[in-house]
Amino acid sequence: MKKIEINPITRLEGHGKIAIFLDDSGNVDDAFFQTVEFRGYEKFLQGMPIEEVPRTVSTICGVCRGVHFTAAMKAVDQVFGVTPPPAGRKLRELFFNAHYVEDHTVVLYALGFPDFVVGPEASPAERNVVGLINAVGADVGREVLRKRGLAVKIFELLGGKPSHAVSAIPGGWSKKLSEEERKQVEAWSQELVELGELTLKIFDDVVLKNDKYMELVTGDTYKVEVGYMGSVDPQGLGTFYHGTQKVIDSDGKLIGTFEGKEYLDFIAERVKPWTYLKFPYQKKIGPWKGIVEGPGTNIFAVGPLARMNVIEGMSTPIAQKHFEKFHATFGAKPVHHILAYHWARAIEMLSAAEKCLELSRDPEITSNEIWTKPTSCTGEGVGIIEASRGTLIHHYLTDEKGIVTKANLIVSTTHNNGPINLAVKKAARHFIKNGDVSPSILNYVEMSFRPYDLCLACATHTVTGGQSPLEIEIFDKDGKLYKRLKNF
Amino acid sequence: MSYTPNIIGFACQWCTYAGADLAGNLRAKYPPSIKLIKVPCSGRVEPEYVMEAFAQGADGVLVGGCHIGDCHYKNGNHKTSRRMMILSKLLEDSGFDAKRLRLEWISGAEGYRFAEVAEEFTKELQEMGPNPIKGGK
Amino acid sequence: MAEKIKTAFLLAGGCAGCEMSVVDLSEHLVDALDSLEIVFWAPTVLDAKYSDLEAMPDKSIDLAFVDGMIRNTENLHTVKVLRDKSKVLVAFGACASMGGIAAMGDLHTKQELFQEAYKDSFSTDNPDNVYPSPEYLLDGKYNLTLPAILDHCSTLDQVVDVDYFVGGCPPNYAFVGKLVNAIIAGDLPPAGSWLTNGKAVCDVCKRNPATTNQGRFLVDEVKRTCDDRPDPEICLLQQGFMCFGPVTQGDCGGSCLNVNIPCRGCGGPIPGIKDFGARCASMLASSMADDATTQKFMDKFNNMAKLFYRYSHTTSKLNHAIAGHKEDTP
Repeated sequence: MKKIEINPITRLEGHGKIAIFLDDSGNVDDAFFQTVEFRGYEKFLQGMPIEEVPRTVSTICGVCRGVHFTAAMKAVDQVFGVTPPPAGRKLRELFFNAHYVEDHTVVLYALGFPDFVVGPEASPAERNVVGLINAVGADVGREVLRKRGLAVKIFELLGGKPSHAVSAIPGGWSKKLSEEERKQVEAWSQELVELGELTLKIFDDVVLKNDKYMELVTGDTYKVEVGYMGSVDPQGLGTFYHGTQKVIDSDGKLIGTFEGKEYLDFIAERVKPWTYLKFPYQKKIGPWKGIVEGPGTNIFAVGPLARMNVIEGMSTPIAQKHFEKFHATFGAKPVHHILAYHWARAIEMLSAAEKCLELSRDPEITSNEIWTKPTSCTGEGVGIIEASRGTLIHHYLTDEKGIVTKANLIVSTTHNNGPINLAVKKAARHFIKNGDVSPSILNYVEMSFRPYDLCLACATHTVTGGQSPLEIEIFDKDGKLYKRLKNF
Repeated sequence: MSYTPNIIGFACQWCTYAGADLAGNLRAKYPPSIKLIKVPCSGRVEPEYVMEAFAQGADGVLVGGCHIGDCHYKNGNHKTSRRMMILSKLLEDSGFDAKRLRLEWISGAEGYRFAEVAEEFTKELQEMGPNPIKGGK
Repeated sequence: MAEKIKTAFLLAGGCAGCEMSVVDLSEHLVDALDSLEIVFWAPTVLDAKYSDLEAMPDKSIDLAFVDGMIRNTENLHTVKVLRDKSKVLVAFGACASMGGIAAMGDLHTKQELFQEAYKDSFSTDNPDNVYPSPEYLLDGKYNLTLPAILDHCSTLDQVVDVDYFVGGCPPNYAFVGKLVNAIIAGDLPPAGSWLTNGKAVCDVCKRNPATTNQGRFLVDEVKRTCDDRPDPEICLLQQGFMCFGPVTQGDCGGSCLNVNIPCRGCGGPIPGIKDFGARCASMLASSMADDATTQKFMDKFNNMAKLFYRYSHTTSKLNHAIAGHKEDTP
């Protein structure tokens, strides 16, 4: 069998490759999405004071530069048994929504859009953010980047640093917003809403009005039938910072809802020897049955498309209109067409921008009451958020002084490992025929993972030895153990 | 199996180094395991010198200064005390046996004490075995 | 028209945050592209593959940046290739320069890290004790390979020659902008230097006692950020919050201090210091009022290695040596 490797996969965060096996007639026998990196956070966080953890785990990923910080800060609150006062929570939400805007924008323009704006079969030298800037014109490019940069400025103003923020403290936020800063954030947020609307317009012009692309979007090649998970607020609307997790199966039926530590009743993770990334599945649907799609599967996806499928609506008005158009276009729910992730992402980006504007106009945002002092230590905390890429779960145990004793992180892209493998396999089988593995064909295969907006540094925060544990026992002629050799 | 440990000793010139000199004058016997580096004050000893010595293969490091209250520079050895406390914990937390680091206050009059410390430390290090970082540079 | 500077970015074992600081240049990035030609940026931004890099002629890249430390065999190989293809190589950010946060993995054995990830974590369902493997034949016909995790991390300069070092986790985009301008103007210090303004965080911090007429006293209390909120005008170290400002490079402008949070040293050591963690420990120790306060500090903050060496574990010669031996069978 002939093996082709796309190595590394590109226009994503992190390190991965796709291994494609061709049979004798040059058609695809099977394809595998392999995650190749690792680092070890769950172990080395042990022994650290828990309040130092948010700024430390933030470095799991520098593209989703605020998500681990946010999930961890919520877990830290629970460890100390405190809840931030309303203004403290609003500052955190403003910070987090600004992050959503800048993150989704980067993914759309630098990682996802080039396939559409420049074209999936364009030369690799052009098929990137630089090529996109050339295609839309330097002025538009500059304006998009400048506006997105304002979201980074909001992040930096509130978080301290433009990436890997530090302002979260147990029970609240470390610095209040002055009135002058609030006015600045309001002006910037207004521009971010404009950026959201511009982005949806570009998507409309370049993708929705292009029949060839719409064939790809609504067709069967880029389609994966799995369940979905996302957060909803008490009204069933979309929410990013805090909500209740809702799980549906591939037919859209409600499997259940959970908060906090209850995640352990729903999600379990399997290990495979050919990738460093684990495979979560929904235990309530049934035991592990492999990486399969279709009715009865317990494989599920998270992220923008998943959220579009579980929520009743968006919590902000302009995004709500786009949400309605989205579902009207596809008709049936849940929507399984994965290229729709890009559209969903643009809608969320707009919604996050609207949320920034709404929060910046809230009179409580400049309050002095942003911190509740911790007075005890419960020893356990779970923080669940909707990161841009999907549900993120941080779970910590500490001793009575708040020193970490155990950590468990289930990260957004990890949940999508099963669906990504299914998507890659399907795309490889469809596009690679008779041994044609030219770069443009292979890019069609890569386009099957890009909608999921991978963050592999997040997904593989752990370290392994990279070896199979091997033990050799040597016995002497009398059957006595002479020597034992181990590589672990 | 007894080896001769390689001990680096940072000795303050006003007290410990003078004490070591006195040990010589008194013909007090101690093993030839310790190599002294004279410093103006034990407070001059940066934790990184100690770590460098271990990284290069020293089996033990001795830091010697004046008794508290007797420092020629008044509070140099106060700083030494705090630094060595933190360094000890830092070594342990880094996966290195902090018993290989020893802090002693030895005055210029304590020649026999110096020899005693050198003898004790050498024995301890022989029991512990050589520095697990084999070789050095 | 002057020839553009052929530039490359490679992500090794890091989080890509340093590359994002370049993207954060925003509209200035478009201007910079008048002078820079990006010939390789993988895997994050361009569709260049490792085979493309291998095919480039030696020394055809003028300026290459690596972010992330050396964690696995793929990182080790690709940075060596990049070194051959590049005239100037920059260790970009805390991980490439010092090891970064994930280098704390070296404080544990691979077996410990293995077990926590693939067996002991709460949600893992692994009844057959399966672990990822560098080579695996699936179903008897699919030969799948993974890069192996090296026994310990390395900084970039521990595996190849490095021309410049930039600290920060990540480097602040304003500082990156200044660097880009300096590069375009050809205004760089001698090879082997850190690219920095050379000032400590204290020098740029608004709370510096020297500039605000506060007294400077030995510290007699110890506070974690869960204990109390600091006075916004007074030096954090003076208030008992353990701030690393005095020994850290301040190219960030004192970002964390601006939001009342103590510095943890991501900017790298100030000039003249090679072992950040050891010097930081020395600095804090000599700031303590007495042995009792020192003991309180150690009790409260617990693991000293994960505090002082949070970003710089690999640069310590002793740590690197210990890490090199930690996999030895006892």
